[in-house]
Amino acid sequence: MRIEIDQDTCVGAAQCARTAPGVFTQNDEGLSELLPGREDGAGDPLVREAVRVCPVRAISIFEE
Amino acid sequence: MTQSAALPFPQNRTCPFHPPGAYDALARPLSRITLYDGREVWAVTGHTVARELMVDQRVSVEAWRDGFPIPDPRFATGVRDRRPTVCGIDDPEHAAQRRTLIPSFTLKRTAELRPQIQRTVDELLDAMVAQGPSAELVSAFALPVPSMVICSLLGVPYEDHEFFETQCRRMSRGLPEDAFDAGSQLDTYLGELIDRKQVTPGDGLLDDLIRTQMVEGEMERADLVALAFILLVAGHETTANMLSLGTFTLLQHPDKLAELRADPSLWPAAVDELMRFLAIADGLLRLALEDIEIAGTTIKAGEGLVFAPSLINRDTEVFDNPDELDWHRPVRQHLGFGFGVHQCLGQNLARAEMEIALRTLFERLPDLRLDAPAEEIPFKPGDTIQGMLELPVTW
Repeated sequence: MRIEIDQDTCVGAAQCARTAPGVFTQNDEGLSELLPGREDGAGDPLVREAVRVCPVRAISIFEE
Repeated sequence: MTQSAALPFPQNRTCPFHPPGAYDALARPLSRITLYDGREVWAVTGHTVARELMVDQRVSVEAWRDGFPIPDPRFATGVRDRRPTVCGIDDPEHAAQRRTLIPSFTLKRTAELRPQIQRTVDELLDAMVAQGPSAELVSAFALPVPSMVICSLLGVPYEDHEFFETQCRRMSRGLPEDAFDAGSQLDTYLGELIDRKQVTPGDGLLDDLIRTQMVEGEMERADLVALAFILLVAGHETTANMLSLGTFTLLQHPDKLAELRADPSLWPAAVDELMRFLAIADGLLRLALEDIEIAGTTIKAGEGLVFAPSLINRDTEVFDNPDELDWHRPVRQHLGFGFGVHQCLGQNLARAEMEIALRTLFERLPDLRLDAPAEEIPFKPGDTIQGMLELPVTW
């Protein structure tokens, strides 16, 4: 799995970082980022819920 | 045979924590409703369709546009003619404004505010207990907690709270001409506050915005006034209603309250479940800018949309037993904070305030109970944000 965040779309609601804090974080500008080394989701089952709760659909998952 | 008229919307709740019974007649995911001015618009009632439409760029939040739905006469005078700002403008202008604000509302900043929120809550409860053993919880607790927190965050002097709380009340519940006058008074107050801050800066968000936006020429004074207005109003009125109605709801569900007392780690989930269940902002307004094909229906360009979170959040396609409070729901995708680019900017601050205030209230006063028959306690009419008008309690 590979996760991508579209920071141009992100509105800083931090729903991903709240839902799956082991994979996502929020930087000081308020935009969402992937934690270093967690770009593959690290097997976290909450990643899919984080994608669903994003209010602007800024997170994409690619199965590889 | 005459065709029955579309259901009037909004309507008053009969129980403060359930949608009005008449809304049962509204089909999901879309229904026709009639607004106070006789106009028919779409009610969005289904969860999936609501999420689709809330992210659709053909749907506008700009109230000045022809055809924008007007839910009540106060909106026509008090909101529609106001200078548009962050939550009333579409992208790309909206995105630029929101980006200047989100650094002040991050999870990290919210976490840093928690000790201050806790102190505020503790001091208000100290004062309430000293006057006890009974109180009117809206004025003693539910309103001052978020009011103090947002004042501190923005850099608005809390000693002016009676003034701005009164203007907010006139805007949300007064006569239409009152709503206009209250908005003007609040604009004047905030304009003068910004002028004073330019001479004597403080350390609130408004001071930051003066420095980074106004002085740099990114934002005019009138824009900053409009922004300060919405942050101040949205920052206390909504959370105050959640605290009063949330307390009432928990007292009416003693088994659910007992669960929280037995396991306080459930509080964060409980706050979101209360947001889903109570749907206090029940009527989010939008306008279709183009024809939109959705759910086998065509929403035509120029038609109004009213999203009803009280129904969306109880859609059985997403939530099992939606009329029950359940702290263990696997699904947390309620629309209590909205959805799309305008989803509540302050939602994580609001969550922290609700969690700390409600948890501490029930910990501190284990015998807290209503001080009047539940059915006699007044709550707000359907045409404004839902909450208790008064909440007499004893302990």
